[in-house]
Amino acid sequence: MGKHYMGMYIAKRILLMFLTLFIIMTMCFILVKLLPLPAVKEMGRDINLVLAKREKMGYNKPIMVQYFLFWKNILTEWDWGVGEQMYEGLVVWDVMIDKLPYTVLVNLYSILIAIPIGLAFGIFAALKKNKWQDHLISTLVMVFISVPSYVYAFIVQYFLCFKAGWFKLTMPSVSELGGTLLSGRVFVALIPAILSLGFGVVANLTRYTRAELSEVLTGDYMLLARTKGLTKAQAISRHAMRNAMVVILPMIISDFIGILGGSLIIENIFGIPGVGNLYINSINVRDYNFFMAMSVFYTFIGLASGIVMDVSYGLIDPRIRMGSKK
Amino acid sequence: MSEQKLGNIPEIPAEKFSFVNRDRTLRDEKLQTKPIGYFKDAWMRFTRNKSALVAFVLIIILVLFAIFVPIFSKYTVAFRDPYYHTVLPRNELFAGTGFWDGTSTGRINETRYLYLKSIGVETGRTVVTSKESYTNDDVKKTTMYIATVDTYLSVGYAFVNMRQSEFEAVMDYQNRTGIQVLYPLPRTIATTYINGNDGANFWYKLRDESAATKGDPDLDENGDFVPNYILSDNKEYAGYTSLRIAGDDGGEDGQSWYVYGRKNQSGVRVRVDYYEYFRYIYGQYPSFLFGTNVYGQDILTCLAAGARLSFLLAISVSLINFMIGACYGAIEGYYGGTVDIVMERISDILYDVPFMVVATLFQLHLAKTVGVLGSLLFAYVMTGWVGMAARVRTQFYRFKGHEYVLAARTLGASDRRLIFKHIFPNSLGTIVTGSVLAIPGVIFSESMLSYLHIINLETSSLTSIGTLLSGGQALLSTYPHVIFFPALFISILEISFNLFGNGLRDALNPSLRGAED
Repeated sequence: MGKHYMGMYIAKRILLMFLTLFIIMTMCFILVKLLPLPAVKEMGRDINLVLAKREKMGYNKPIMVQYFLFWKNILTEWDWGVGEQMYEGLVVWDVMIDKLPYTVLVNLYSILIAIPIGLAFGIFAALKKNKWQDHLISTLVMVFISVPSYVYAFIVQYFLCFKAGWFKLTMPSVSELGGTLLSGRVFVALIPAILSLGFGVVANLTRYTRAELSEVLTGDYMLLARTKGLTKAQAISRHAMRNAMVVILPMIISDFIGILGGSLIIENIFGIPGVGNLYINSINVRDYNFFMAMSVFYTFIGLASGIVMDVSYGLIDPRIRMGSKK
Repeated sequence: MSEQKLGNIPEIPAEKFSFVNRDRTLRDEKLQTKPIGYFKDAWMRFTRNKSALVAFVLIIILVLFAIFVPIFSKYTVAFRDPYYHTVLPRNELFAGTGFWDGTSTGRINETRYLYLKSIGVETGRTVVTSKESYTNDDVKKTTMYIATVDTYLSVGYAFVNMRQSEFEAVMDYQNRTGIQVLYPLPRTIATTYINGNDGANFWYKLRDESAATKGDPDLDENGDFVPNYILSDNKEYAGYTSLRIAGDDGGEDGQSWYVYGRKNQSGVRVRVDYYEYFRYIYGQYPSFLFGTNVYGQDILTCLAAGARLSFLLAISVSLINFMIGACYGAIEGYYGGTVDIVMERISDILYDVPFMVVATLFQLHLAKTVGVLGSLLFAYVMTGWVGMAARVRTQFYRFKGHEYVLAARTLGASDRRLIFKHIFPNSLGTIVTGSVLAIPGVIFSESMLSYLHIINLETSSLTSIGTLLSGGQALLSTYPHVIFFPALFISILEISFNLFGNGLRDALNPSLRGAED
């Protein structure tokens, strides 16, 4: 029954998600279309292509017709238009897919590095609860959570990139670095950004782990585990951590999806050619095709992270039954 | 057994009994201590939380900073000085210590050293306060210096165009105070010079006379600078009748006087000692506690003005969201059912719109009609109240089934009375905490948006922390002080607000009463 219920729940959530996405897209589309359309730059190499594309999207027709064409293009050809003010003539979707790996990489690396550190600090603090080690870690966590991520970026950029000279101030392109996207050189070039993002993630993870674990540690079953002869380490790794993970793991998953949208400013500071930079550029040069597609992308990311978080709670812990009617 | 015992009691005559409390009314003993109410208890527990208290004090200091610094500052946001840009922070208390006194220590080459030295020769000031020479073996064994340079004095001289009246006022000032502001014109007054403030600093003979010269001097046999002023046989050339610098004695023939001004269409073109000229205009020597940025704006004033803007924005957003969210959440939570479902759908959708999208669209649509700040405020309010509404809704669900609410309803209390008199005060703690904790979020995202230039709050008299940060980021490697103070400010602000908010949350949560002891 549980499995069936879960399936229904997921289906319902996904359906709702698309409904929400549809409404937000509609509002967004209308608001964008009400804005004056910037002229196509003469310097663009594919000015005719852009004009033809505009024709196809019905630029001179009423907004309702444009709206219909917009959906038609997306649903039949997955066509989000072409770049008009930047990447002139290039297909918006292709450019986005081109940029996405950088953003994913930065976030993936920083999460992967942050998980062991954050867990270790959190466990340590929980075990030393209310001792000076715990107070120290909790204070630092408070500081690291509060300080805005761009401040870390400035610190990293000044001390590691400029003073120590270990990295370039901004990231060189992959072709300059040589090697592929997944190569070590690219990883090294991304380190400043990874570090800047990582501080906050580590602090967040430490806080959650400490809170969860210290609550779990007071449970009666921990006493039982010790009574039946398990060592402290055994009891913690086999019983406490498992239960604490119920809360921590969904948090990690949603954190990953969440910072996909949150690395905008870090990408900007370190010149990482990811989707965040693309989005900011599209706003600054008023390229509405890019803006529309990217807005949908970020909305989708936000919606998906919510679903993943809720569903993973249920998958990991059968006791939690979401949406169950009383 | 007990019956036997009872039987043993001797009979007591009735008159032996007397009333103890016949004439007195009995009351409970009056409480010796004062009752501790909700807020008093909250305050007591809040003050016991040391970190929250410190954070609270810090916030007050930051707010006072934002309010009073722009009022009492010697400079305004609109103040821009073309010559004192990116000068280092200077605190008069630290003068001469090498720390926070407007000096920078670094490696400079011979040309740069002589250039800086020359600036001090005419005025008798020491621009290079200490130096240590060493030989650079990498580059053809050139002499290099590790020198401490006063960034305020290293500005030197500037060519200024004055109206005739102004020129006379400066001369009058010179005569009155005995302070030399105007200095003789060098032969480099041609406007084509690129370095040394358009050539104003090259008062000496140059080895390279081209317009792109870096000021390499042609020294005499004693290693001194050779003056290279324009000379005239007219002592009062351009009507100059005021102080003359040392050595300006008419030369051997008594016909070679230095020239202090040259007439042009608008008035007089003169060469001023910018340090003194600044004092002549503003009444004091230049001194910037936090230094200046690339536009020559005082960072201290700009930061305080930006902070003021951020605080104002964040507090108004928080208040508006508080009101909208509280009403919306109260209606949702109190009525429940269909009303709740419909209203939840609406707020869900609003909640899922990324703030970046809202801010951008509002900016594009509304900035022309209601201004940048207005549209930003709208954008925050548009999505910001949802979180507050959700919080209030939960509280209402929690309290509306309680017995005391039922009792009030039975006594005939109206919906409005139930909501505002009975349920709302109970959820006040959560709501207030939510409002306070929303403030750092607003300040952070405002600084991020203006940093990314998605919103532009920069006008002649307005600035924001994000704008300062982005200006400083461009100079991060050369002038880190430009970014240091805004970044430090916003970090302290965020930390204190979070600590304060957490302390407030614990203090206003009655279930934690006595839990810490």
